[in-house]
Amino acid sequence: MIKARGLARRFTTKLGPVDAVRGVDIDVAVGELVGFLGPNGAGKSTTLRMLTTLLQPTAGEAVIAGHDLLTDPAGVRRNIGYVGQKNGASADQRVAEELAFQARFYGLGKHETRRKVGDLLERFELQGMEKRAVITLSGGQQRRLDIAMGVLHDPRLLFLDEPSTALDPQSRRNLWDHVKQLKADGTTVFLTTHYLDEADFLSDRLLVIDHGSIVGEGSPDELKNSVSGDLVVLGTPQASLVATKFENAVVDGEKVNFRIPDGDRALPALLRDLDQIGVELHSVQVHRPTLDDVFLTMTGRSLREEANAA
Amino acid sequence: MLRDTWLVFARVMLPVVRNPVAVVFGLAQPLLYLALFGPLLGDSGWQWFVPGLLVQLALFGTAYAGFSLLPEVRTGVMERLRVTPVSRVALLVGRVGKDVVLLVVQGLLIVLAAMLFGFRASAGDVLLGLGLVALLGIAIGSASYAIALKVKLEYVFASVLSSTIVPLMLLSGVLLPMSNGPRWLYWLSRVNPLAHVVDAERSIFNTGSVLLGLISVSALVLTGVFYGVRTFHRESA
Repeated sequence: MIKARGLARRFTTKLGPVDAVRGVDIDVAVGELVGFLGPNGAGKSTTLRMLTTLLQPTAGEAVIAGHDLLTDPAGVRRNIGYVGQKNGASADQRVAEELAFQARFYGLGKHETRRKVGDLLERFELQGMEKRAVITLSGGQQRRLDIAMGVLHDPRLLFLDEPSTALDPQSRRNLWDHVKQLKADGTTVFLTTHYLDEADFLSDRLLVIDHGSIVGEGSPDELKNSVSGDLVVLGTPQASLVATKFENAVVDGEKVNFRIPDGDRALPALLRDLDQIGVELHSVQVHRPTLDDVFLTMTGRSLREEANAA
Repeated sequence: MLRDTWLVFARVMLPVVRNPVAVVFGLAQPLLYLALFGPLLGDSGWQWFVPGLLVQLALFGTAYAGFSLLPEVRTGVMERLRVTPVSRVALLVGRVGKDVVLLVVQGLLIVLAAMLFGFRASAGDVLLGLGLVALLGIAIGSASYAIALKVKLEYVFASVLSSTIVPLMLLSGVLLPMSNGPRWLYWLSRVNPLAHVVDAERSIFNTGSVLLGLISVSALVLTGVFYGVRTFHRESA
């Protein structure tokens, strides 16, 4: 559904050229839900803008939904849906009218438009808001309207750019349900996010981008397994003694951190051994690797810190 | 493309039709000129002053059009529209169409108001006069949207506008005849295409040649629309 080769974008700024995306290859199969994960400024949105015809690549080529990105952007536009980072409905338009115009822009006839708008209002829980001005909608409602506009022409391929940014937890959950439903209906979905839980919950497969290059790829579980083992944190006054017993252990005050494969099963025996040599413990924690650990291993930077700093 | 243009036009026209008060607000400034400045020119001044006022209406009415685009660029509206297969030209022309329709309606109201003060014009003159004003509106409106799309920031756009509109207006002879001034000022006004449009507009409602004004306005329309379409294509990659 997506096949991109060497896609790159260089921006010319006053301070010199900036390579926002440095030649990425992307393959997405029909029906997949692929998450595109990376910190702010990694090149996620630039890549997405290239794939959706909003931005001309400076190098590379791509075939999107069966149409060549460079020679047939109009063909690409007809076959994809796009929901941007920001709200796509005008503040002074009415909900149903904005949907209807969107349908007409995609070439739907009047009759079909009316039927489709009715369907979407119901599906995205916007009934009763037909005549409301967009500006009076809540953040969650506006987001649902955005998605409704993005999928109105039943695109086979849907792009979502940071879909849940600035949504409350309940609206996020609701949005995720809608995205899962779209996938269940056979839509191929490509979404960018810097939220690990979102990438984890939604994606079949993840692409990790950093500094404009793809640095990792796989299902969320595969990526997590690539981090060697679970993180064990032991609280003990004899931290430095305990640290000598494990490879790559790190002492942090009265805490020792180290990684062992299959932590939950290894722990009982490990604790018995420590007890026998007279180590006193006041706390034990085992953490499954998170996508943040994956990111840390791949890039040496924490995605969470990046996301929080943004 | 015609269908797309109509759709874009209808979409931006709807909020105006629902809330036509904005059209009246746009009339406040020219009406003030009509009531508080026009009488200074004496009874015979109306035939000379009103055509210039219509050109001024076109200038101020459409030069600010770009402001309506900026929130749509800042939020995701333009982006959302640009991912649809809708024609890039239609995205510009549909919007300009709305501004020109408003301009013609406002122009007509100004002419009717001026008639109360003693301005005289035949229906044919009004039709021609508003036609010329509409052409000027197309040129300036297209350029305004293109410049707004380029500068993107309200405060930059505002300073671009004030630094171009005021000299264009002062040098067009809308308020007082340029021939009253020193030669250098007169010749400066001759290189301002707007001055020729003002002359042509006056010729329509009185006597004289409209040729130079028509050439000027045609050149402005070609330049403005070409620049606008090119910018909308570029920024829309």
